[in-house]
Amino acid sequence: MDISREEIIHIAKLANLKLTEAEIEKTLFNMKDILNFANTVNKVNTDNVYESIGATQNYNVFRKDEIKEFGDRDILLSNAPEQEDGMFKIPKVI
Amino acid sequence: MSREDYEIVMGLEVHAELSTKTKIFCSCPTEFGGEPNTHCCPICMAMPGTLPVLNEKVVEYAIKAGIATNCEIAKNSKNDRKNYFYPDLPKAYQISQYDMPLCERGYVEIETEEGKKKIRLTRIHIEEDAGKLNHDEYGRGSLVDLNRAGVPLIEIVSEPDLRSSKEVESYLRKLKSILEYIEVSDCKMQEGSLRADVNVSVRKKGATEYGTRTEMKNMNSFRSIVRAIEYEADRQIDVIENGGKIEQETLRWDDVSGRTFPMRDKEDAQDYRYFPDPDLLAIKMSDEYVEEIRRNLPELPESRKKRYIEEIGLPEYDANLLTASKYLSNLFEGASAICNNPKAVSNWIMTDITKELNERELEPDQIPFTAEQLGNLVVLIDKGTISSSIAKKVLVELFENPKDPMKIVEEKGWIQISDEGAIKEVVLKVLENNQQSVADYKAGKDKALGFLVGQAMKETKGKANPGMLNKMFLEELNK
Amino acid sequence: MELYELTAHELMDKLNNKETTITDITKSYIDRINDKEKDVEAFVTLTTEQALEKAKSVQEKVEKGEVNSKYAGIPIGIKDNICTKGVKTTCASRMLENFVAPYDATVMNKINDENMIMLGKLNMDEFAMGASTEYSYFKKTKNPWDLNRVPGGSSGGSAAAVAANMVPWALGSDTGGSIRQPSSFCGVVGLKPTYGLVSRYGLVAFASSLDQIGPITKDVTDSALLLNLITGHDEKDTTSLDIEKKDYTKALVNDVKGLKIGLPKEYFGDGINPEVKQAILDVAKKYEEMGATVEECSMEVTDYALATYYIIACAEASSNLGRFDGIRYGYRTKEYKNLKDIYINSRSEGFGEEVKRRIMLGTYVLSSGYYDAYYKKAQKVRTVVKNEFDRLFSKYDLLLTPTSPTVSFNIGTRSNNPLEMYLADICTVSVNIGGLPGMSVPCAVDSQGMPIGFQLIGNHFGEETMLRAAYTYEQNTNFKANKPTFKK
Repeated sequence: MDISREEIIHIAKLANLKLTEAEIEKTLFNMKDILNFANTVNKVNTDNVYESIGATQNYNVFRKDEIKEFGDRDILLSNAPEQEDGMFKIPKVI
Repeated sequence: MSREDYEIVMGLEVHAELSTKTKIFCSCPTEFGGEPNTHCCPICMAMPGTLPVLNEKVVEYAIKAGIATNCEIAKNSKNDRKNYFYPDLPKAYQISQYDMPLCERGYVEIETEEGKKKIRLTRIHIEEDAGKLNHDEYGRGSLVDLNRAGVPLIEIVSEPDLRSSKEVESYLRKLKSILEYIEVSDCKMQEGSLRADVNVSVRKKGATEYGTRTEMKNMNSFRSIVRAIEYEADRQIDVIENGGKIEQETLRWDDVSGRTFPMRDKEDAQDYRYFPDPDLLAIKMSDEYVEEIRRNLPELPESRKKRYIEEIGLPEYDANLLTASKYLSNLFEGASAICNNPKAVSNWIMTDITKELNERELEPDQIPFTAEQLGNLVVLIDKGTISSSIAKKVLVELFENPKDPMKIVEEKGWIQISDEGAIKEVVLKVLENNQQSVADYKAGKDKALGFLVGQAMKETKGKANPGMLNKMFLEELNK
Repeated sequence: MELYELTAHELMDKLNNKETTITDITKSYIDRINDKEKDVEAFVTLTTEQALEKAKSVQEKVEKGEVNSKYAGIPIGIKDNICTKGVKTTCASRMLENFVAPYDATVMNKINDENMIMLGKLNMDEFAMGASTEYSYFKKTKNPWDLNRVPGGSSGGSAAAVAANMVPWALGSDTGGSIRQPSSFCGVVGLKPTYGLVSRYGLVAFASSLDQIGPITKDVTDSALLLNLITGHDEKDTTSLDIEKKDYTKALVNDVKGLKIGLPKEYFGDGINPEVKQAILDVAKKYEEMGATVEECSMEVTDYALATYYIIACAEASSNLGRFDGIRYGYRTKEYKNLKDIYINSRSEGFGEEVKRRIMLGTYVLSSGYYDAYYKKAQKVRTVVKNEFDRLFSKYDLLLTPTSPTVSFNIGTRSNNPLEMYLADICTVSVNIGGLPGMSVPCAVDSQGMPIGFQLIGNHFGEETMLRAAYTYEQNTNFKANKPTFKK
């Protein structure tokens, strides 16, 4: 189950990345290589094994429903490439 | 073939914002509105390095909703990431639940013309709301406000059990009423805290296979949902009748043009790449915890209805209408407690209040006066302080400028005249000025009495005690 | 001896004995940075001016008796993926070139509460993806033992700065070996704590289920001291564990008698450089001499752990890095007409090649049709790896392995083949897959004079055993006789 050129293009689209023709070829080559190796996980017998969810076995860690206001909008917006009226500005989205 | 030969098949995905104080994964307030980006912190703005912590109330509220809709509550659950890019989704993934929702396999019962019908629920899961995009003044750009980002939602997914826009409306009203009763959501459609996406397909009557469905979004009132369904069903039937094929797609309802439009570029294949969120831990629900919630669940509409019929003696129709909305039902109970005259309160709600709501295009949750004020209004009638015709005027005042009815009555000078001397004076004056009617009455025309009473009411601007008027006219006329 | 040559605990002693002042210590480090940074290039951002100001004010507070923490006034360097309010946090990426976090990471709150002095933010592989620090967008950090060589990575700036005495100690982060491997390359002590022991709040996420912050220090005592400072439950990180806080300096006991150490043979295979292998076997022998029992054992899933690691790490990274979209912070392309352009061009121009490769890989293994074969399967293998460790730790107190198959290599000679590069992480990744603590301790130099480190792997919360063994080794050997030469 080798990854195809079309799949590389599709994956790049999902990830919002742009690949030049040359990069597509290179990525295809490297991904085949890496996925071939990654596939070795399928050699491990995992019958009756549950998949891990995260690194710990803990569960039910919740927060109390109590308000703590951050209260500093300016600092939250201070890294914005473009802002207007206290909001992040982007090209028009319909 | 015509519209009558087709059956519409619908399933709903209802999103309800939970009425917790804080957001689902951070301690920012969930309050509606506010200056843009002021209900935000590094977490809900998805600043690098920040982490989510699940609000315990969100889990509790979702389980409440699950119990109230007859769902099975999962023993094991988890949060998953749904990955996609959109400017209102700051992390580029929505924390939701994929294959292990908190609640599954429930149902809601609705009334239809053919009797009761169970609408099956597939699941209820928790997730976070997205922010909002506003448009800038000159229409050149969009502006991102993340106040709503991270507000907790439950998504209630139904099976494709609905067959008409009427059924959809009953189902939605029922769901809204349940969520209001158990106090997990304020379900304000106008503020977007209750939203429904409708999956619509059509098929020839008698067919067993479902047709291809489309998903409609962006309806923000019961009216627009009904309109959208009617439009979309007609459109699909039209396409099929003309030999076309329905494409599975997401549509946006536009209320102004009354049409649906495709939402996404077909090019943009969606692949959400769900996977368990490694920042959050598993959720495990013990039987004890679920039982505890079940025990403390507020009384549901079905139970209230039963009580109204059996204990208060209201007709089933009235009990149905009163319990359809928590706000009406609470208004009824609150006012009855004050005036101790539930039947009168029920009558007011069933007739005049319903009429006002319709005329003003208001939902019950938008009633501006309190149960206490309504109760006091009934007390004023029962004590004879005002007549029922004045009471109708007071009710209008309660909608326009709510305050204690006694105060309204005093300010407007609407107190009923029950003083015998004053009433006698009016009666004598009316008799004096309407000799013809007096003669008519004496000649056996009973109708003339009504005319005379009406004249006296006119004279007193409706304030005279109608019982006393009647009695006194009779006395005078029969002298 | 210059102040900058001392360990942090020696500086604490000197301050305690009033033999020096906080200002003098800070000045000593600033002089050292001025002298060596041009050669080593360990820092992305220097905060020496603020540091000097802070040193003066902390010195005053100490004199007035307002502050009496032993950590007060001790300088530190911070890896540039740990958020610092008011100071840039770049992750060594063009994407975050000008990003100033609006908040402090939990570990920074702890450091600031103790009145420590931050000297600057340290270089790394972009978003912690890499093992040589060559993937930094800004600069290539050099190995102080040989300036032609890499310091390892991804915490290469942290390890190099400690080795070069430009900071007494530093914080790094470790997702698959990023603290331990550069520590081994630079001849310093690096510790990756048990997953959940240190809060991740404020650590820019690479792979959430694998990342941990940990200390990089000149000796084992400092490692315990810095670990004491940064551990502790944090309600802002649900994966941080709510357990009683320990004093790790109590584990600094010069005795390994009765300790059972396993030597998993899969870590001594063909891929391991013979000189490295010999050095580790010498360490094993030394442990036996000191009274521990050392026994060969087997951990068959080692190879699969590496494949599992790359699947899980890349999958999580692909999702974690979605937020860099050019809207709220970070790099925004100059070339755009619409939203799509902002997304695609900002991300394509803002991320480096290796980061993009891992995003692609992670997106693929999560995508429809491949999820079960890769991600889901990897999560099952992860359980198998954990079980395997459980089995080993029912028999042994610690495992001993090389930290890296090789010593540091020359800059620019890293393999162009990504897979070959990934395979070099074979010794370190299993620890992260298992959520276990791991530690690299310097033990020898090779024939070229480059340091070699050995790795100790502990059971969950086995930091004390690990520190005790490392301390005993350190007390009974003399790696410190070797010094970085700044060879050009």
